[in-house]
Amino acid sequence: MSKKLKIATTSLAGCFGCHMSFLDIDERLLTLLELVEFNRSPITDIKHCSPCDIGLIEGGVCNAENVHVLHEFRKNCKILIAIGSCAITGGLPAQRNHLDLSACLTEVYLTEPGLAHGHIPNDPELPLPLDKVHPLHEVVKIDYFIPGCPPSGDAIWKFLTDLIAGKTPELGHGLINYD
Amino acid sequence: MSDTFQLDGKSVPFEAGQTVMQAALAAGHYIPHLCYHPEFKPHGSCKLCTVKVNGRTMASCTMPAEANLSVESDIDELNDLRRTLVQMLFAEGNHFCPSCEKSGNCVLQALGYDLEVHTAGFRHMFPERPLDFTHPDILLDFNRCILCELCVHASAEVDGKHIFAFSGRGIDKHLIINSTSGQLKDTDMALTDKAMQVCPVGVILKKRVGFSVPIGQRRYDKSPISAQALVDAPRTGAVHE
Repeated sequence: MSKKLKIATTSLAGCFGCHMSFLDIDERLLTLLELVEFNRSPITDIKHCSPCDIGLIEGGVCNAENVHVLHEFRKNCKILIAIGSCAITGGLPAQRNHLDLSACLTEVYLTEPGLAHGHIPNDPELPLPLDKVHPLHEVVKIDYFIPGCPPSGDAIWKFLTDLIAGKTPELGHGLINYD
Repeated sequence: MSDTFQLDGKSVPFEAGQTVMQAALAAGHYIPHLCYHPEFKPHGSCKLCTVKVNGRTMASCTMPAEANLSVESDIDELNDLRRTLVQMLFAEGNHFCPSCEKSGNCVLQALGYDLEVHTAGFRHMFPERPLDFTHPDILLDFNRCILCELCVHASAEVDGKHIFAFSGRGIDKHLIINSTSGQLKDTDMALTDKAMQVCPVGVILKKRVGFSVPIGQRRYDKSPISAQALVDAPRTGAVHE
């Protein structure tokens, strides 16, 4: 049997909805596990990437840590896939992009009613937010995109199995969705 | 026997005065289009319907049909260009499909699906475009405007109200409301207006009915736009192969 492909996954500025959708491939996960092994991923709890064949990233880039993780994936993954609206367009977090970041933080933590003793979180362990939220392709080269919010389990399955079979992945009507 | 032209190697009959687009749709042949609407004079601005006529690129919605034209449409070269046009429209506005009431019924989105557009690719511009929610029954979300001009024509030519217009040039071009305040509440816009029906994207919306049709049952959930457009097209003759 040929060597298993290595897959890494992570969520940056995402909601883990795409990971949940990935699990919606249900029992096909067992078929997939005959072909691949998981490296860094919430599924394995491995904290850093080793060299991998495929990297799947949900969520856009909204803070400094996201940038580091994205670069780690790009450095280690032969094929990097942006999965879901946030990774591809910035998505929901990017809805703040036309607003001033400090005005956002001030309103959310200081001036909203009921926040008399609030303060803007400044723990040194917290990654600093970026001025704007970016889709992944604005930061590193992305090889493939699986659109959807989230893409369905069937779409993810079709895309990955096409890719693993060495074909150009195609979704087609019913599997390609932006919402 | 009527005259014919060739579209992707198939013979398409036409009547005098028809455009390449009209004749193609009537004969059951789909040419991708966005700003073309059968009830309005075509103005060829979105360029999605670009075809090659005797080797030259032309907008098929404005190109008069002529006997023996050789028209190419469904070829990689043109579909690649169409894909890029759709990508640029997505990057230029704020097209956040997951929160849009028009999702599933949107022509821009359906074209993206049909052309297998997986990403906008370009740097998203995230323009700031405030909403107009002043009208009691109608919401305007300018974030999604693609400047197709259909609401401008519908309001002026059918409704006789001239409520919508364009202002600015180039990247600053935008849709404005023709009232002293610039707000929709100070116009006589009504739900029964033609301008309510023509927006291909999610700019002009009826309030309090959003998301009433579940995912899976919306217009383009059921069939892709390439099939739906032929069902909608006014058919003037038999389908010729």
